Amino acid sequence: MTDTRIEQRAPRIGESAPRPDGIPKVDGSFTFSSDLWHDRMLWGGTLRSPHPSARIRSIDIGPAVAVAGVYAVLTATDVPGNPDYGLEHVDQPVLATDVVRYEGEPVAIVAADHPEAVRLALDAIVVDYELTAPLVDPGKAESSDPIHPDGNLIRRIHLSHGDQDVVGEVVVEGTYEVGMQDQAFLGPESGLAVPAEDGGVDLFIATQWLHGDRDQVAACLGIEPDLVRLTLAGVGGAFGAREDLSLHVHLCLLALYTRRPVKMVYSREESFHGHVHRHPARMWYRHHADRAGNLVRVEARLLLDGGAYASSSSAVIANATCFAAGPYRIPSADIEGVVVRTNNPPCGAMRGFGAVQTCIGHEAQMDRLATALGTDPVELRMQNVLAPGDRLLTGQVITGTAPVAEVLGTCADHPSAATLPSDPMSLPGGAGRTTDPEHVRRGEAVALGFKNLLFSEGFDDYSSAICRLEDGIATVTCACAEVGQGFVTLAQQITREVLGVDDVVLAPASTATVGSAGSTSASRQTWMSGGAVQAACEEVRTTLLTRIAAEHGVDPDELVLADGRVMSLACGLEIDLAEATAEPVESEVEFHHAPTSALDENGQGDAHVSFAFSAHRAIVDVDRDLGLVKVVELTTSQDVGRVLNPLQAVGQLEGGAAQGVGLAVMEEVQVLDGRIRNASFTDYLVPTALDMPPVEIAALVEEPEPGAPFGAKGIGESPSITSTAAVVAAIRAATDLDLTHVPVRPTDIALAEA
Amino acid sequence: MTIARTVDDACAALAERPDALLLAGGTDLMVGVNRGQVRFDDVVVLDRVDELRGWRREGDELVLGAGLTYAEMVRGEIPTLVPALAQAARTVGSPQIRNAGTLGGNVATSSPAGDTLPVLTALDATIDLRSSQDTRQLPISRFVTGVKQNALEPGELIEAVRVPVLDGPQEFLKVGTRNAMVISVVSLALVVDRSGRNVRVGLGTVSPVPLRAVEAEAHVGGCIDWDTGSVPDTADVDRFAALVAGAARPIDDHRGTAAYRSHAVGVLARRALLRAFPGSAP
Repeated sequence: MTDTRIEQRAPRIGESAPRPDGIPKVDGSFTFSSDLWHDRMLWGGTLRSPHPSARIRSIDIGPAVAVAGVYAVLTATDVPGNPDYGLEHVDQPVLATDVVRYEGEPVAIVAADHPEAVRLALDAIVVDYELTAPLVDPGKAESSDPIHPDGNLIRRIHLSHGDQDVVGEVVVEGTYEVGMQDQAFLGPESGLAVPAEDGGVDLFIATQWLHGDRDQVAACLGIEPDLVRLTLAGVGGAFGAREDLSLHVHLCLLALYTRRPVKMVYSREESFHGHVHRHPARMWYRHHADRAGNLVRVEARLLLDGGAYASSSSAVIANATCFAAGPYRIPSADIEGVVVRTNNPPCGAMRGFGAVQTCIGHEAQMDRLATALGTDPVELRMQNVLAPGDRLLTGQVITGTAPVAEVLGTCADHPSAATLPSDPMSLPGGAGRTTDPEHVRRGEAVALGFKNLLFSEGFDDYSSAICRLEDGIATVTCACAEVGQGFVTLAQQITREVLGVDDVVLAPASTATVGSAGSTSASRQTWMSGGAVQAACEEVRTTLLTRIAAEHGVDPDELVLADGRVMSLACGLEIDLAEATAEPVESEVEFHHAPTSALDENGQGDAHVSFAFSAHRAIVDVDRDLGLVKVVELTTSQDVGRVLNPLQAVGQLEGGAAQGVGLAVMEEVQVLDGRIRNASFTDYLVPTALDMPPVEIAALVEEPEPGAPFGAKGIGESPSITSTAAVVAAIRAATDLDLTHVPVRPTDIALAEA
Repeated sequence: MTIARTVDDACAALAERPDALLLAGGTDLMVGVNRGQVRFDDVVVLDRVDELRGWRREGDELVLGAGLTYAEMVRGEIPTLVPALAQAARTVGSPQIRNAGTLGGNVATSSPAGDTLPVLTALDATIDLRSSQDTRQLPISRFVTGVKQNALEPGELIEAVRVPVLDGPQEFLKVGTRNAMVISVVSLALVVDRSGRNVRVGLGTVSPVPLRAVEAEAHVGGCIDWDTGSVPDTADVDRFAALVAGAARPIDDHRGTAAYRSHAVGVLARRALLRAFPGSAP
């Protein structure tokens, strides 16, 4: 038998690199944060407000303390440091003091030696609530009494751009509503806090930003940040829901109080109350165009419901406002974006971050405009697309890449593989056997959208990385939170590419070993932490080659690192890298992106670093009588700068589209009088394999972005921005209905006035 | 906890502790436990009781063991003998749930959204009940008494469900907001008995207990041309659908509105009838 094994080189940039955690996640051996264990650990639990709005008259913990096995029952008075925390505004109590502002707000925490003792203790805490009328209508927030000392207005942005007196020859107007979406990650909030002998605490936690958490936790504990050490535990998805603190401070309080390790895991229902959601939106738009189809002005009023606490609402409304009209050339705009406080569940970061809601609005408007002009909707878009050198509504000129026309054109022109359904299971209604082929109407539509990459509005954002090369093995240390986006493969690919090594070790992500990597959000980690790793590796390479050049009396410029060797291009010098790095070379860098500026009083300014564009085409089958939808096919093109890991890129595009399909046809946290009615995966539905069509990738448009490592743009958010708008538009095309509420519910179709 | 091996074991354990919960597939019970809604001190485990498993034919009747799983209802001869039951079982949950969940459990949970209940209602199924003292039989219509309430007495368990083998087509249709793995928003079972020359319709999720659409049944029974297997007059199909919709007593909840449910059950009725009588005027 011949040995046909080929020595495989580990993947570099542009090559598919399988995830090290891929198979363990499939076979169940991956250690998630909920699997953490310590032999001496206690279990923690949280008592939550059953009311969306109430005053707390008193809390009696006595009966809970008396429960056998209970080690701690803590309330707001036990928080030694800052009583409040928050990502942008410090306005959310660690534990409620005198009032509760949303259903599920934490009121007390318990540690006990068994989960059942935790439950009994939580049941035994007596809270005397005086109910107050909840503020649940965001439209009434500004005119209502403040429900928080910081007031009910979280942020208002009035963007005014260009000539304000322009009126179009053709004007279309529309009002749209987007429901509250949940990130629906599979691994609920969980972590383990271990008290340390130095008076500090080690927290093992699934999160998106270790250092951001650390600083907030330390402030609430009233201890120095370096006494709070966070290490990333196995993350079961994030999508924005882990950008805010949840059980972090609670775990540390309990661990420091009991001097025992404490573990906490939220139930699914608790998770729905324990993290922020995508903001529900009410949007009014008026688009003006000339008869030739050129956009001349857009007006919009955007109202987002921030819920009880600010979270990242200020940044979400900025995105919604800046990208309100989509990736089109528009000389005049008047956009008001408002986000308010209510007694509804708090809202914050979720994949797409404000651009998802407005994409639903501006793309519905573009279709209306096409109808009013009697023109093809793709043609109308193509006629107005942004290009490099154009101005955004913020006045900012696009200096980077913007292959919008190519993204739109490749997607719209891609041949469809969709056939008429033959298997009854693939008809609307699926396994329910509701629908026969003659009940189906097919619709098709295209949506185009964009969003900023990285943090905006003058935030000095950076990531830190350490690269150490020793005995020919590179070790990379970075606190970037791997939440599924693929940094674990990328850090290795970048290191191999720069240093020409195969063996790359990625050290655990921790606040104890390296500076901040920033948040895993805003499509930023490939650029920021990838950039930091690249820069650290390049410094190591320079240092090493300079050293070797000096040792051998050659010019450093003629030396290269490749295939585990240092080689000279000029002479025959060749040294094994392991030998060359017996004495290690190490470098630590802080990588900053180009500075941005704040928005001025007219919403104008160079507030953003870079932009990414995407398009989706959806084909849907609709059962008009029952209002049931089957998404038959999704086709997409995306502006990616450069593909670094093709396998992972496909995964991001498919996963993001699945969340988009969910928002289009089923995903909505239903809130009635401030209470969530469907806090479970029985009733908060996400797409199954029978709901999610194949995703056809028409084009990954590769125009390298200046300033980005290897020219790569972040790709995580775009797929969820345009997919929803495309699916909803296709349902409109199939039904001839306006369908202004997203998700589109069966009743919206079946009981619509014809 | 008692792990029963025979029905007698289980009944004896129940006689001793009448408040014990019965655990078969656990697909309802454990959801309640995990959500903190169900607590119990005693449980009698039924999934190793061979007598409760499987099914047998007795003349024109099938005796379906209470431990028959949804996966088993979809396999073998059941799809031919009681097609609507197999169709309903296929709509339940995921493959894992269908492997674990049982017919007896679905009946005992007595949820308005229980997927097999409209089928059993349309078939006039009989529930065989057993305790250490006694056996008795109740028609499904008297067994389910309210939302998640039934006539099961303390110390009693469901041994089997009896359904007739009918000569005629059967249809089960279920609306959910997702194409699989979804709780019913509204469902309908229609069974045809050619020899009895009648059509029976069971409705799910449109009232506290599963309903028979008796007026609609009576109406359509008189309009069918049994020789051609059709409903010749379109007006009769319309009337049938309207009567079914009118029989529904739905509520608004987070899964759907009453108005939508009434509308949808009428649509399902029309479609089921036209599938069962394909020669009909549409």
